[in-house]
Amino acid sequence: MISFLIRRLLWVIPVLFTVAIVTFFLMHRAPGGPWDREKPIARQTQAQLNARFGLNKPLWFNPDAAEAAAARGENIFQQGRAFLDSQFFNYIIGAAQGNLGPSYRQVGREVEEIIMEKFPASAKLGLVAVIFSVVVGIPLGILGALKQNTVFDYLSLFVATIGVSIPSFVIAILAILFMSRMFGVPPIRRPNEWEGLGTAYILPGIVLGLGTMAFITRLTRASMLEVKRQDYIRTAQAKGLSTRAVIMRHMLRNSLIPVVTILGPAVAALVTGSFIIESIFGVPGVGEEFVISITRRDYSMIMGTTLFYALLVALGNLTVDLSYGFLDPRIRTRH
Amino acid sequence: MAPLLEVKDLKTYFYTQDGVVRAVDGVSFSVNRGETLGIVGESGSGKSVTSLSIMRLIPSPPGRIVGGEILFDGENLLDLDEDEMRKIRGRRISMIFQDPMTSLNPVLTIGRQMTEPLQLHLNMSASQARKRAIELLSMVGIPSPERRLDDYPHQFSGGMRQRVMIAMAISCNPELLIADEPTTALDVTIQAQILELINRLKNELDTAVIIITHDLGVVAGMADKVQVMYAGRVVEEAPTDELYHNPRMPYTIGLLDSIPRLDEHRGARLTPIRGLPPDLIDLPPICPFSPRCDFVQESCLNVVPPLRRVGPNHRAACLFEVTREQHQQAAAKAAAEGVETIDIAKKVTAAQEPAILRSR
Amino acid sequence: MSTAEAARPFDRESVALLQRPPRSLWSDAWRRLKRNKMAIAGLVYIIFLAIVAIAAPVLAPHNPIRGNVREAGAYRQAAWLEDPNPKKSGTWEYPLGTDSVGRDIFSRLIYGTRVSLVVGFIPMIITTIIGTFVGLAAGFLGGTMDNVLMRFTDVVYAFPDLLFFIIMMTSLRETWIGNLWNGFLLLFVSLSIVTWVGVARLVRGQVLSLKEKEFVEAARAIGVRPWKIVTRHILPNTLGPIIVLGAFAVPRAIIAEAILSYLGIGVKPTTNPNAPFPTSWGDMILQGKVSMDSQPWMLIAPSIAIALITLAFTFLGDGLRDALDPREQI
Repeated sequence: MISFLIRRLLWVIPVLFTVAIVTFFLMHRAPGGPWDREKPIARQTQAQLNARFGLNKPLWFNPDAAEAAAARGENIFQQGRAFLDSQFFNYIIGAAQGNLGPSYRQVGREVEEIIMEKFPASAKLGLVAVIFSVVVGIPLGILGALKQNTVFDYLSLFVATIGVSIPSFVIAILAILFMSRMFGVPPIRRPNEWEGLGTAYILPGIVLGLGTMAFITRLTRASMLEVKRQDYIRTAQAKGLSTRAVIMRHMLRNSLIPVVTILGPAVAALVTGSFIIESIFGVPGVGEEFVISITRRDYSMIMGTTLFYALLVALGNLTVDLSYGFLDPRIRTRH
Repeated sequence: MAPLLEVKDLKTYFYTQDGVVRAVDGVSFSVNRGETLGIVGESGSGKSVTSLSIMRLIPSPPGRIVGGEILFDGENLLDLDEDEMRKIRGRRISMIFQDPMTSLNPVLTIGRQMTEPLQLHLNMSASQARKRAIELLSMVGIPSPERRLDDYPHQFSGGMRQRVMIAMAISCNPELLIADEPTTALDVTIQAQILELINRLKNELDTAVIIITHDLGVVAGMADKVQVMYAGRVVEEAPTDELYHNPRMPYTIGLLDSIPRLDEHRGARLTPIRGLPPDLIDLPPICPFSPRCDFVQESCLNVVPPLRRVGPNHRAACLFEVTREQHQQAAAKAAAEGVETIDIAKKVTAAQEPAILRSR
Repeated sequence: MSTAEAARPFDRESVALLQRPPRSLWSDAWRRLKRNKMAIAGLVYIIFLAIVAIAAPVLAPHNPIRGNVREAGAYRQAAWLEDPNPKKSGTWEYPLGTDSVGRDIFSRLIYGTRVSLVVGFIPMIITTIIGTFVGLAAGFLGGTMDNVLMRFTDVVYAFPDLLFFIIMMTSLRETWIGNLWNGFLLLFVSLSIVTWVGVARLVRGQVLSLKEKEFVEAARAIGVRPWKIVTRHILPNTLGPIIVLGAFAVPRAIIAEAILSYLGIGVKPTTNPNAPFPTSWGDMILQGKVSMDSQPWMLIAPSIAIALITLAFTFLGDGLRDALDPREQI
């Protein structure tokens, strides 16, 4: 189990590294540089800025610097460091220390600073969404499975199918339209007006969590139905246990195992779904900032936010893998 | 003395999308205290559904007990409500299932699963129940039971799990133990041990046992009397010795002739039963075995043959007086004439028993 | 069985009628699918949309690009809405009204069907074929191929789909590849890179479990060539799950396209009045958002269009899954 944990934890590093390579590579394929402004910045100033941020260095590797280091008679580690004195590796080394570089558009601000400033709003939104999806999704799924082929079941299936299939940003738009007609809130993005309704994070959170909630409902229902026909449930019934005991003690834990396994991808979906929802509802979070940086082509922002999101997703998956081991003794003893 | 269990004209049907499956269609039998009844039949013959009907654990929908009585100690189980029935399950009637690999809950420890019925039915405290569970495990031959109690099912072998299942089943000293194919999923060497264990416990605890199997060999060593089921009906019943020595229903004869015997000379041919059991949906009112029978006559296709007395305590559902010798001659003749056996692969029926049980 | 037939005592053929005639897996699946009303409704709706997409030039009352600027001057409301300004009041000539440059929303909606269907189906078909091949190879041959596939999938799974699409679209949009076919190629490539992995992983898993099955061992034991085993025994058995996965991949691609277009990084807008793909529903939502207050229909119409198409595919996918693989119920 411990070695499994460590292996799982270490695996996050190459994954994030690959994400960084891909993003970095693609971002440098994009036309336009960091200093493109409406009013062009003087060539000399650009050169100074480049030197200051290390953008005059080679993209991936720096063999010249390595040679120079060797010529200076430095040891192999210093030579190696010089070889990696490139834009990419300096970025990676910086990122590992939590330094994501300057924003190309918001002059004078660091990417990590912006992310940290905006993150609390996103976290609140995400929290509402996760709580909503789990607290509503699991009971709804259980109810559907226990009352199979009744009105309850059809209702939970209906809600789940709608939630799974209709993209959250469509629901968000319809919800905003509905709210603005109902309460006369101007549907233009202005979070403080939502705040007044006490729904600042509730409505966007629910909309964000709707897809995940629906997915959890479907999965819980399917999983309960699967467990219900297992032999060990018949054994439990044959012991004379009450329906309640059979459900609570024998069915629930078994049927939650597959649900927990998808919580990782589900949280990932929440994280990445959040920027559309944030931008539609005007929640001042990382996601809204991300959307703005896309339209402004703020590459360092896009890159930094992507890495940040990938880290969140990786951590989410990791947590899920760990809790999985606690739920299923077969996993716990195998590793 | 009244029998412990008396099943009268039990009918359990499954209402599927393809039609009504008459899985058990008018079955009657009885079991006395301390007696062992063997129920024999192919898969789909209704033997498992019969036992689940007694426990009232038929998955519903699609299954339903549509008729008959199940008198247990004079009380009709079909009249009890769910609460009363629960007091009987695991306490007075308990059950061992076919597949020990799937019959234990994978996420609960053995101890947790074993103490459940003890605390529920015998009102034991947690520590009492634990002590009793250890006793039970050593009774069924599990080494160092104190230690194994906190293990999970996947840490046990198949045979050991079946021992745990048996320990669980006998934990409340039930009056009736139903063993549904308890050895089918196990290795041959383990099979004998498990049967021996059930036999021993039965004698120690004086429990009545219904043992359900498709293996006549299993029944021979254990049962006092045997009933053979085919297509949801009892087609022959007799004391074990009588059935083996003087089978009267062509199906039973066919079953016995298809068992390889050590005492026969080498080269003697086994006589398989042709074809497959019939589809239980829309079964016409004819002898259900007739398509596979070497003695089929016109009259077989006019009625469902009733169980009739063919000897003391011996009843068979065949219109004719067929004996084993006649049957063997007829089978040899049929083989010589080259009667086509029905192509098995093409005739896989849609309504086999496991499929029904899974479809709940 | 009639008594006349039954009366012939030793006719073994007639008594054999106690058996049910066998049904093939596919006819059985089709029978189950037909019984699922929602799935059939979804299928019918998808076929309907396909016809709409193909016949768009005939069905659309106006050109989706060339706006009637002079007459409209500004937007026009949906047909049933009155406006204080008579020029802005709805008329059935423009059922869902026009946008601020006088383009007919209804016609644009009809043409938008094309983008959704193309984006839904083409990458799905490409990725299914590639993924199936890679999955078969990885599962059957194992070794390095298998390892590379698994490591690659690990990375793809860690990289949130949508983020990857966004990075691809923003960075390569202005390059030559981004300009090919109005950006469709780039969109297809982005979607395919992510989706083929799911198919490959599924097929690989299926192959690994089928490889152990008795019928494959039997085939191998009698000397059937590996390639024959794959095509005759393994592929047909994986087809069901692949079809189901494909059915669910389509709505995901449609949603991704809509989101990208909504962010302004989807298929490129065109001003060519004869363009086959003048607009997409996501693009329409982006434009509709601006006039959300004055003209909610510009927003509602494409939103509902997206909702319906994804719903139809989910129903169809659910139905296919239940029909092809009755034991899986997720």
